Amino acid sequence: MNLKLWISLAVGSLSTAAIAQDSNELVIDGETLVTETAAPAHLEDFDTIYSGWRFRSRETQALETDDFDNPAFVFVDQGLDLWEEVDGSAGKACASCHEDVEDFAGLRTQLPRVQDGELVAMEDLVNGCRTERMGAEPWKWSGGNMTAMTALIGLQSRGMPVGVKIDGEAAPFWEKGKELYYTRVGQLDMACSNCHENNYGVMIRADHLSQGQINGFPTYRLKNAKLNSIHARFKGCMKNIRAEPFKEGGDEFKALELYLASRGQGLSVETPSVRN
Amino acid sequence: MELTRRKILAVGSGALVFTSLSGLPAFANLADDAIASLTGGKEIGEGAISLTAPEIAENGNTVPISVDAPGAVSVTLFADGNPVPSVATFKFGPLSASRSASTRIRLASTQNVIAIAQMEDGSFQKASSNVKVTIGGCGG
Amino acid sequence: MASGVKPRVKVPKKASAGETITIKTLISHKMESGQRKDDDGNVIPRSIINRFTADFNGQNVIDVTLEPAISTNPYFQFDAVVPESGEFKFTWYDDDGSVYETAKKIKVS
Repeated sequence: MNLKLWISLAVGSLSTAAIAQDSNELVIDGETLVTETAAPAHLEDFDTIYSGWRFRSRETQALETDDFDNPAFVFVDQGLDLWEEVDGSAGKACASCHEDVEDFAGLRTQLPRVQDGELVAMEDLVNGCRTERMGAEPWKWSGGNMTAMTALIGLQSRGMPVGVKIDGEAAPFWEKGKELYYTRVGQLDMACSNCHENNYGVMIRADHLSQGQINGFPTYRLKNAKLNSIHARFKGCMKNIRAEPFKEGGDEFKALELYLASRGQGLSVETPSVRN
Repeated sequence: MELTRRKILAVGSGALVFTSLSGLPAFANLADDAIASLTGGKEIGEGAISLTAPEIAENGNTVPISVDAPGAVSVTLFADGNPVPSVATFKFGPLSASRSASTRIRLASTQNVIAIAQMEDGSFQKASSNVKVTIGGCGG
Repeated sequence: MASGVKPRVKVPKKASAGETITIKTLISHKMESGQRKDDDGNVIPRSIINRFTADFNGQNVIDVTLEPAISTNPYFQFDAVVPESGEFKFTWYDDDGSVYETAKKIKVS
């Protein structure tokens, strides 16, 4: 039996033992977040979308319901320090131009978006400020400083519904992302859709497959005890299916990020979430 | 005797059973030894303290554990399948209220988490909980 | 001093005398276990927080000995009774000799 056939049989037998998401409600500091809602119109294959939180164990879920228990807030605190920290030749900090980080409420819900004909993610905006306004070195896409900052900025939108623009000048990027989502790659010859659309809710070995929603990023993973960027997670998935990952911050991952964000339209931003 | 491949396999698996049988208690002894040195070999009672741990840990890196030991002076946690079985010791001071504590621990594999409490009268109490640690697919 | 070590504590701002209050503490620390190896196969030396104490007005609440099996970013939750207004002092002791401290005031009526 060849490997591909074996994999498809294995995945097939898994799907017969459906476990599905739970019905728990995510309440953080008295605020109820939307972890389940009607799928956006462009999604043909399922009616309801669920946050990844709904696929986690009770203990992992509990970590996200209290901002003190949520280990990601260690990094949000670091983000606040970085916000005030002067860096670069212009002698500026984030706080020199942006009065209050709370002014970024809503930003996470719209990203990635098209600016001047290019698709930009939050990491691009942060590095744009660093290189052009601060005269500082850009941060690594998934490095500790960057994820601390994107967690801090993303947190300002927590509870707001994801609402990325997918028409107009965003359309070609979105189409590209959609194509990537359904394209089988790697030695295991799998597409995103094989796990996260066709088999969400079932177990892959000891792991509970989610819909692959990105409304909670950057996310604190128990696995590596740090914040993980969206693109770093994409990279992890691609390595798991033995594919050569695209570059973090590259056109492919940004297009995929836009498409995935659009699959979660209406879910609450959960940044910074906790996953396994 | 002519050794065929099948016979070698049979001998091999027999040996494997033997080593795993003799190997397991040896491993558990590490925790037992640590517990014995803590209690000085005294008898350990059960039922007065409780330990809360997940039945299945989604990731062995961060496993939430709570211990509730009314009347305890101190509580020591052990993980009998870890390379170093000792996990932590909580000594309760005069201003501690309920003699309970929670923390997050690392478990190398499926194993027992054991809490040994030293009570105010010098006696010892025990509570334990088996935690299954899963090996992840993509998450692990 | 290990880099990026930052303590966080959660203590209620006020309580009534003799009331039991819940305290949560967390410190960002790698808790390198001494069991891991680097890419070249060399053991990464142990570097952990080995002790944590919480005191109130000079009296001890809890004194914890930590082993490498405590997770990254050590977290503790415990209860205390507060007889009068005062200050909690939290102290973490690092293998490398560093000591991290933070304090929180509480008003008792």
